Amino acid sequence: MNWSDDGIILGARRFGEGGLILDVLTRMRGRRSGLVYGGSSRKRRAQYEAGNSVSLSWTGRLEEALGRFDVAEASRERAARVLDDPAALAAISAITAILRGGLDEGDAAGSALFEATELLLDQIEAQEIWPALYVRWELGLLSALGFGLDLDACALSGANDGLTHVSPKTGRAVRGSEAEEYVDRLLRLPLFLVESTAHVAPSDIADGLKLTGYFLEARLFGGLNRGIPPERLRLVGRMLKRP
Amino acid sequence: MSQNSAGPEILRLIELISRLPGLGPRSARRVALFLLKRRDTLLKPLADALAEAGEKIERCKVCGNFDTVQPCAVCQAGGREDALVCVVEDVPDLWALERGGAFRGRYHVLGGVLSAIDGITPDDLNIPSLVTRVEAGGIREVILALNATVDGQTTAHYVAELLEGKGVSVTRLAHGVPVGGELDHLDDGTLAAALRSRRDI
Repeated sequence: MNWSDDGIILGARRFGEGGLILDVLTRMRGRRSGLVYGGSSRKRRAQYEAGNSVSLSWTGRLEEALGRFDVAEASRERAARVLDDPAALAAISAITAILRGGLDEGDAAGSALFEATELLLDQIEAQEIWPALYVRWELGLLSALGFGLDLDACALSGANDGLTHVSPKTGRAVRGSEAEEYVDRLLRLPLFLVESTAHVAPSDIADGLKLTGYFLEARLFGGLNRGIPPERLRLVGRMLKRP
Repeated sequence: MSQNSAGPEILRLIELISRLPGLGPRSARRVALFLLKRRDTLLKPLADALAEAGEKIERCKVCGNFDTVQPCAVCQAGGREDALVCVVEDVPDLWALERGGAFRGRYHVLGGVLSAIDGITPDDLNIPSLVTRVEAGGIREVILALNATVDGQTTAHYVAELLEGKGVSVTRLAHGVPVGGELDHLDDGTLAAALRSRRDI
């Protein structure tokens, strides 16, 4: 069997003396792994940094086998561009760690996750843009994996404006004014997740991260009996410290 | 190799040698035979050296280097600048810097870098002792000589943050064009890093 696809590198670990086992999120086939012969050579190692995009071909006897990747040159070498930017570097680590931890082999095939991740990674040098995009990406990830939140209308009144909170139990949006006595138990819903043109303040990013973090932990990683990756915790810690 | 063609001692020797980096079972058989044919000139001296190394060599309690003395020879050496500490991922990096002879300060070996894929967290690294060294005073600059990879630089930023406000200057090695490197053959990321790090001549 063989196929060719585009992929975002999620991580690489050494295999033997010169090989690498490459973990990628592909456009059509979801998360896939494969062996790259000679991948850990000094000449080629740089292109296999997490967050880079590559064009690759996979060959294996069976679809479920580990198989072998032949990787053409990296089409986007993002990692090297952000080595001096601790927040962007932390974001790349968190994005790839969440995808590695939250997706099993073959998961997210045919979803829009690849395009969403490419879009986010392409903006990772734009400090004023990517934090809001990152929160939206986590929301999209939950949705792509079947844990999407319902932010269209208030779970209590059915109204589709003035949505300010989300129920941690149901994942449905709520108008704070409709649930005054429970409001301290609800998660805040930042406006930019409902209205794409809304201004994004640092407190909105913090609220957004708390919201998506809760559902990532409870629904995605909790369901897999895994903890939320420490890379995300470090990213959140860094973003909340920002002035 | 069949069980009958060699005794258990030879099989064990081959099995242990095959665990060394770069050696598979076939190479291990060749190495074992090579050693056995040179019992007095190589096998016994090697066995003695391994036994001695196993008994005497340990991690330096100050910097994390390997040596037979505590603290290690590099930590004890006179003529080095105590105020400069170079942080490296592992002992081979320390050896590489010593080979170059360009650095005459002290070292600190982390014993790895933060790595999601290998499950290495800050608790697995020799970071607290670095913070203790810095807090003890007498250090002016900490140079983070970690690999120019996502994991290496994530670790560098993590260490830099821990050392914030502790009265030391934290620097890192430059990223860019290697000596003898041709621009045409460099990857885009390295070229971009080199351009960002340009300086007056």
